[in-house]
Amino acid sequence: MTTDITIADLDHTYPGATTPTLRRVSLEVPAGTRTAVLGPSGSGKSTLLSIVAGLSAPTGGDVRVAGHSVLRQPPHRRDLGVVFQRPLLFPHLTVAENVAFGLRMRGTDRAAIRRRVAELLDAVALPGYGERRSSELSGGQQQRIALARALAVRPGVLLLDEPFSALDPQLRGDMRALLTELHRREGSTTLFVTHDRDEATDVADTVTVLLDGRVAQHAPPADLFRRPTTLAVARFLGGAGNAIPGTASPGHFDCPLGRLRLDTDHRGAGLLLIRPEAIVVGDQQGDNVVPATITAVTDRGTHLDIQATSGGVTLHLTTGPAAPLRPGDGTSLWLPPTHLSVVAP
Amino acid sequence: MTEAGPATGSRPVREARPGRGAVQEAGPVAGAQLVQGAGRPRRPLGAALARPTVLILTGLWVAGPLLPLAVQAFTDQWFYPDLWPARWSLVGWEQALGPQSRLAEAVATSISIGAAVAALATVLGAAAGRALAWHRLPGRRLIELVLLAPVLVPPFAVAMGAQIVYLRAGLADSLAGVVLAQLPAATAYATLLMSGVWAGVDPALERQARTLGAGAWRAFREVSLPQLRGGLVVAAMFAFLISWSDYLLTLLIGGGVVTTVPLLLFATAAGSGNQAATAAIALVAVAPPLLLTALAARQLAGRDTALLGVGR
Repeated sequence: MTTDITIADLDHTYPGATTPTLRRVSLEVPAGTRTAVLGPSGSGKSTLLSIVAGLSAPTGGDVRVAGHSVLRQPPHRRDLGVVFQRPLLFPHLTVAENVAFGLRMRGTDRAAIRRRVAELLDAVALPGYGERRSSELSGGQQQRIALARALAVRPGVLLLDEPFSALDPQLRGDMRALLTELHRREGSTTLFVTHDRDEATDVADTVTVLLDGRVAQHAPPADLFRRPTTLAVARFLGGAGNAIPGTASPGHFDCPLGRLRLDTDHRGAGLLLIRPEAIVVGDQQGDNVVPATITAVTDRGTHLDIQATSGGVTLHLTTGPAAPLRPGDGTSLWLPPTHLSVVAP
Repeated sequence: MTEAGPATGSRPVREARPGRGAVQEAGPVAGAQLVQGAGRPRRPLGAALARPTVLILTGLWVAGPLLPLAVQAFTDQWFYPDLWPARWSLVGWEQALGPQSRLAEAVATSISIGAAVAALATVLGAAAGRALAWHRLPGRRLIELVLLAPVLVPPFAVAMGAQIVYLRAGLADSLAGVVLAQLPAATAYATLLMSGVWAGVDPALERQARTLGAGAWRAFREVSLPQLRGGLVVAAMFAFLISWSDYLLTLLIGGGVVTTVPLLLFATAAGSGNQAATAAIALVAVAPPLLLTALAARQLAGRDTALLGVGR
């Protein structure tokens, strides 16, 4: 039971607010896939989710699930499950009754409910916890129950609003793995909202970056880091450390480092972006290799943070912790074309 | 989305009192003192007596006026300055409960009016309390002040005004009129109380229920209502008691046609001069408040949600 979601030209402005929360947001989530909406707080991502869930109404645009507009449907008639940042387990019910809640609302018979609840408690690795009160569970366990509860009715769409942000980092990793596993089993089309880029790239097959209520980029996780489309996206993803001004022409970028070969649609003045991790240090020949002098080396334990200058430009890069580099060393740097992108300054 | 935080987990932590060990350590260690200290901690006599004294005095202050009543109801001869009645008798009760008396009828009237007021005030109070606690209403402070008005405004002024209005509206001299007249005060109390209870219920839970397939009403019934139950019981009890003990509004709006227990009590006290019968009726009037207060106290003790707006 999988369903695709289409979000078309969605606008939203809070009553009395001067600036809109969402501006013509369009987004396609194919059936059975996982899309993360990644953005800083205040980017409008939670509002977007709340509109898809039916808990807020947009000021314009449309949300279609399986081809039909759902905007006129109240939340309880939309075929979805939602997990919020807080587990929000019903305090007066047992764990099993919480998981069964959606099924009971749909009038599922008792035997079927019992089977499904047992199945889900197994799936979230909490078998035998059914008779407990939610207050007896830890935060991570509560959130697992919240996931099980949302999935119990086999919703076509699963919506997650920062579901793991309140958990400690160790637990977060486990939860991501669990979510991926549950998705494989249950197959609900998943829309996931987060401010944590690791979470987004870990769980989702496609990431939509939302900045100031606009879709800034929509791409598979790897592309997002390799080819940010704007400086703002690069900054948000922590990849604006190397921004070198120059001029783009078909297949080339001319800058103080020389003429670099790359593939870009940008024309004219622009900024060349390359992530510190993508720069390769060593004696090499060929295209996009530039001579450089190491100016600073900081040992971070797991890697070295290095600063180098070339043609008057300071480049930031990282290497493995054992690289034999010292300040003052001359070396050459390779800037792989597939990791270069040009954005508007 | 704006979500009010849950009000759970905020129980006050009891302060650790210095126990016996602390007292012993504080004093110089001497053999005699150690032997003595093996029993109870030594406290100044004044401190030891303070607590029971306060309890007894408070008890006398509250229950004191009721005690002579309890004696008076069972005697027909008790004259000043005797500390104790000369003779016991059940004449007062015979008169209060006898065929001439209208006590049973008055109790029935009081209970019907009280039940109607309690039911209506609780429902209205629960709805208004939800709005007050969950929504950012414009002029919320003003609304809360208006709700306190029945407490602040002299009841006589309200009753006089109400009489004129109810007479014109043709609602005077009827049970419905009395219920309607008592309702504002009872609703105000119920609303204040319920807004405190609602403040302890997380609005996000109902939203979560909506996403799980519950309609708006069902989400309320399945998720919020179970958490309100104790508060609703207390609100209903309060509303009932406000109605039960009302004299002025019932007298003026009921116009002598609607006779409740307080009206009968006053009529008996003023008209007959029969002290034993008056005392017996007074005891009947006092019983439900005492009973309900005891029940309410149990309800209140068992809850950790903020009541009466405290701890919001």
